[in-house]
Amino acid sequence: MELLCPAGNLASLKTALNAGADAVYLGLKNDTNARSFAGLNFTPKKLQQAAEYTKKQGKKIFLTINTFPKPGEEKRWYEAVDIAANTGIDALIMADLSLLDYAHSHYPHLPLHLSVQASATNLGALKLYKEEFNIERAVLPRVLSMKQVRDLSKVTPVDLEVFAFGSLCIMAEGRCHLSSYVTGQSPNTGGSCSPAKHVRWQEKEGTRLTRLNEVLIDKSSINEQMGYPVVCKGRYTTQDNSEPTHLLESPTSLNTLSLLPELAKAKVVSLKIEGRQRSPAYVEQVTSVWRRAIDTYLNNPTQYRTRDEWNRALSKVSEGQTTTLGAYERIWQ
Amino acid sequence: MKVSLGPLLYCWPKEKVIEFYQAVANSQLPLVYLGETICSRRRELKFTDYMDLAHMLRASGKEVVISTLALLEAPSEYTELKKQVDNGEFTIEANDIGAVQAAKELGLPFICGPTVNNYNLASLKKLHSWGMQRFVMPVELSKHWLDKVISTETPAFEVEVFGHGFMPLALSARCFTARHKGLTKDKCQTICISNSKGLLAQTQESEPLLRLNGIQTQSAASIDLSSEKADMERMGVDYFRVSPSSLRSVELADTLFDGEHQRQVKQEKRESELSCNGYWHQQAGFSTL
Repeated sequence: MELLCPAGNLASLKTALNAGADAVYLGLKNDTNARSFAGLNFTPKKLQQAAEYTKKQGKKIFLTINTFPKPGEEKRWYEAVDIAANTGIDALIMADLSLLDYAHSHYPHLPLHLSVQASATNLGALKLYKEEFNIERAVLPRVLSMKQVRDLSKVTPVDLEVFAFGSLCIMAEGRCHLSSYVTGQSPNTGGSCSPAKHVRWQEKEGTRLTRLNEVLIDKSSINEQMGYPVVCKGRYTTQDNSEPTHLLESPTSLNTLSLLPELAKAKVVSLKIEGRQRSPAYVEQVTSVWRRAIDTYLNNPTQYRTRDEWNRALSKVSEGQTTTLGAYERIWQ
Repeated sequence: MKVSLGPLLYCWPKEKVIEFYQAVANSQLPLVYLGETICSRRRELKFTDYMDLAHMLRASGKEVVISTLALLEAPSEYTELKKQVDNGEFTIEANDIGAVQAAKELGLPFICGPTVNNYNLASLKKLHSWGMQRFVMPVELSKHWLDKVISTETPAFEVEVFGHGFMPLALSARCFTARHKGLTKDKCQTICISNSKGLLAQTQESEPLLRLNGIQTQSAASIDLSSEKADMERMGVDYFRVSPSSLRSVELADTLFDGEHQRQVKQEKRESELSCNGYWHQQAGFSTL
């Protein structure tokens, strides 16, 4: 099982590899990837350095080009594919049909992974991408239960990668318009989810108001641990309940340490850690815990048990300092 | 440009659904989409019931399209989908790329619904080469986007715009309605049947924001692009989709482009419903310009 870690910059990439990542994923410094935050990501030159460093360590490096090209501006996305092919990247992570087509026809030997943004949750979808573009692997959206992952793994024509840890996206990725509904910027077209420039905090009479493009997403006490404000983790009222509640989900992170044996048995090839926008300290903490967990499992699969200290370490870097199994667990659904 | 009626996105009792489609049969609407697109646990109507409705609508002169589930998770859902695709009579609306594959495998034509990620002409052409006859523009895209996609060359496929109704914004594994009522998804009692237009969610400043419809999240405001008719015609949009939320939606769709009535319908609507058109103008979806 591969441990795949995020690299928002060169420092995070080195940290991840030193802490035991088998592979890293990263994006270019433009809107060809869905984490186009200021100060993050790689210029072509930095990408070259990143690839060389990663190769020297005997590890793998994947480039995400997971937004959908805008009409009239496709060139930027095609160039990103060209850059990857000429930089010795081990695989491209993509979702758009036209980009998969371009990469497959121009660079048939460059491995393609289907991005979570493609929202492929079923056999039909996986078959189509395999038959048409020969994808080697697909990243599953965080909407399937463990049983559904297992069922899919029995019939899939490609390798499966799942999200193992990090911010919990509760919607089928790539098909969520909540951010663009409120801010006008869509993760699918190059804006990130809840772009920082639309976020505003106000302190008022002992409470903190969290606004996204002036819409009140949440109201909390000053001391409360808050996650990054996204529409799906806000507190709202309904026609039959005037008490504000987390109607969709509360701020929490996904943590699947306890599912490790089941994921291994389902022949999931890669465990993805979310968080290209997070600090090198986060990457260090999470990568080292997961390295220990995977090694512990591989050394003695039948005796594997999640250790409290691992969960404690992960909770510290989790949203709201709480974690969940999310949709993997039927009861969450 | 013609008017189409999108699939009913809510869970209504069977009798109400039948009554609704009888009204549709008596309307002037030329194109009707039909089927459960949100949740396979909604079993008020089964595949054969939808086929009966499709036959009834076709007999009254409508073109009928069978809409498929937007989020396919269990193997049983994929099996059901293949049955829908292989219905032998009606074109399907693929709301997931898995449905595209199912149609492509059988060499059948299909329509791409608004939840399939279509963001550029090259992707649309690819889908057309696999059998796509028409696509519904993803709701977050704009007039400017559409202009860029279809102004350089006349596309070989038709274009439909989601023009009126509560917008589909997101899909999750979690059933928000069941959770809100303290139920689990597996024992949900199909509780979403009690909210005929979804459950309205407001911010703590009483601003309507979202609408919870089972595993789907919709916009609280209804998109209304009826005043953009001339622009759409000029651009070459083939269908203006009305997404139904009540019997009045049929009335509205029927009279939408009928000069006299249009003003009246719009006025009635303004009193009772929050509307928006932001996406069409490249702004936040909820805004009005």
